[in-house]
Amino acid sequence: MRNKRLNIAAGWYAGMSILFIIFIFPFLLILLNSFKSRVEIIRNPLTLPKTLDFSNYTEAYNRMNFSYGLSNSLFITCVSVLAILVFSSMLAYYLVRWSNKISSIILLTLVSSMLIPFQSIMIPFVTLYGNLHMLNSRWALIFFYLGFGISLATFMYHGFIKTVPKDLEEASLMDGAGRVQVFWKIIFPILKPISTTIAIVDVLWIWNDFLLPSLVLLSKEQQTLPLSTYYFFGKYTSNYGVAMAALVMAIIPVIIFYLIMQKQIIKGVVEGAVK
Amino acid sequence: MYKETTLKKKITVFSIFALIPLFVFTAVVIVPFIIGFIMTLTNWNGTSSVFQFIGFNNYKAAFSDNQFWVSLWLTIRYVFFTLILTNIVAFFLALLVTAGRKGQHFFRAGFFTPNLVGGIILGFVWQFIFARVLVYFGKTWGLDIFTYSWLGDTTKAFWALVIVGVWQNAGYMMLIYIAGLMSIPSSLSEAANLDGAGSFQQLFRIKIPMMISSFTICLFLTLQRSFMVYDTNLSLTKGGPYRSTEIIAMHVYDDAFIYRNFGSGQAKAIMLFIIVSLIVTLQVRVMKRLEVDA
Repeated sequence: MRNKRLNIAAGWYAGMSILFIIFIFPFLLILLNSFKSRVEIIRNPLTLPKTLDFSNYTEAYNRMNFSYGLSNSLFITCVSVLAILVFSSMLAYYLVRWSNKISSIILLTLVSSMLIPFQSIMIPFVTLYGNLHMLNSRWALIFFYLGFGISLATFMYHGFIKTVPKDLEEASLMDGAGRVQVFWKIIFPILKPISTTIAIVDVLWIWNDFLLPSLVLLSKEQQTLPLSTYYFFGKYTSNYGVAMAALVMAIIPVIIFYLIMQKQIIKGVVEGAVK
Repeated sequence: MYKETTLKKKITVFSIFALIPLFVFTAVVIVPFIIGFIMTLTNWNGTSSVFQFIGFNNYKAAFSDNQFWVSLWLTIRYVFFTLILTNIVAFFLALLVTAGRKGQHFFRAGFFTPNLVGGIILGFVWQFIFARVLVYFGKTWGLDIFTYSWLGDTTKAFWALVIVGVWQNAGYMMLIYIAGLMSIPSSLSEAANLDGAGSFQQLFRIKIPMMISSFTICLFLTLQRSFMVYDTNLSLTKGGPYRSTEIIAMHVYDDAFIYRNFGSGQAKAIMLFIIVSLIVTLQVRVMKRLEVDA
């Protein structure tokens, strides 16, 4: 009996380790090869690198304009997510507290718009904003992320705010506080758990998005990390070592984010999907 | 308390809380959506200021484009295989990491990792594996199936795309299945244990029926994601070889922005929207019915 139990445990660990390696193997491979020379990679992509040579990294860092890409991605992601949190929570609050026929129509429109794939509106989108000369700007991109992010965030806030009792607000309204004050001082702090969930879902989406920035950001100085990786990789496919170093560098920021926020990310992703 | 009495107050509270978000949402989503419909009925090329209404000619052009049907059929096959494989893998991973053993959180985190990284980068990672690593593997160990890059072969490139899609999404769906498994009351499995039900019986009689809502969500998400896949498609195969892996999202993009067929491209985009909405609503409806029965 005890033997059988031990066997099951050993089998579980063996099976899980194999699965784990299959899942992580692609990342390990690019990490290994990012330290090798082109010749070494062609000779054998599976061996360990002979030395820890960082020259591929310095070359990739300079050629792909990594510092631009990183700072643009950070800036665009942070500002867009903050804007989504601020404006969606306010809209949701309005739709819950001043609910009437119109507000339910607005909510329904927001929810049904989530079914529209970006590809179905990107052509008129590009022609419209191209004619308005609103492309090629980081601020325009942030404006677009706000527009695309509002529906899901408002929907999630709406579900949460419905459960918040009115008593607290009413007491401070009696004391003479204004609507805006009541919202920021009382309601917004209560929304923290759902704000975290929305922030995580949106950070992953905006940080990794490729198609929208590729249509909006046309100049090199404004490129986000996925964009600079894409254009860099297209030129460097034959120089494998440098290309691998570029991929590793593009992955590192989000891995750091994951290591710091692991619990919240896993929780946030599940809640964001189930809601 | 929340009924502002005068019209002026009503307008004030609306403009404070709702005006900006509604304006941005309308400008970014609603207006392009409406313009998109109009575009399909005109011969507007996106830049000129004059255009005429030409009825359904753009749809006719879209329908008579052979590559559109090839691409659509390819997408349907891609969605079918990714949908089934992703959810089988995700469900079994979820069962494995909820077995109550030490270290399961570590494995969970590992399986989720691909979802942190953008599709463009994932596609390049796998491009290296298919074009270099597996070929090396095949040549050294004499495995015929890997001797030539899968990405250069029209049939195998399709499966490369499916493999990457499953690998990318399984960890995400796993999390949702874990949440579903955890929400099954433990009294149910205790009772089943007392009645002597084996683990297979418990799986099919208790766990799966209790988790229909998780399946609804996961199938919905996998459907939506695989119908819309673009990034990994672009960086892994670029639609090649010979446009054999050109999934519908890339086809629409190329038709509009590379071949400059804005009208027919947008007509295809609208058809894509209709197909996806129909399939997704149908799937959710059917699954909801199952939920009630269970």
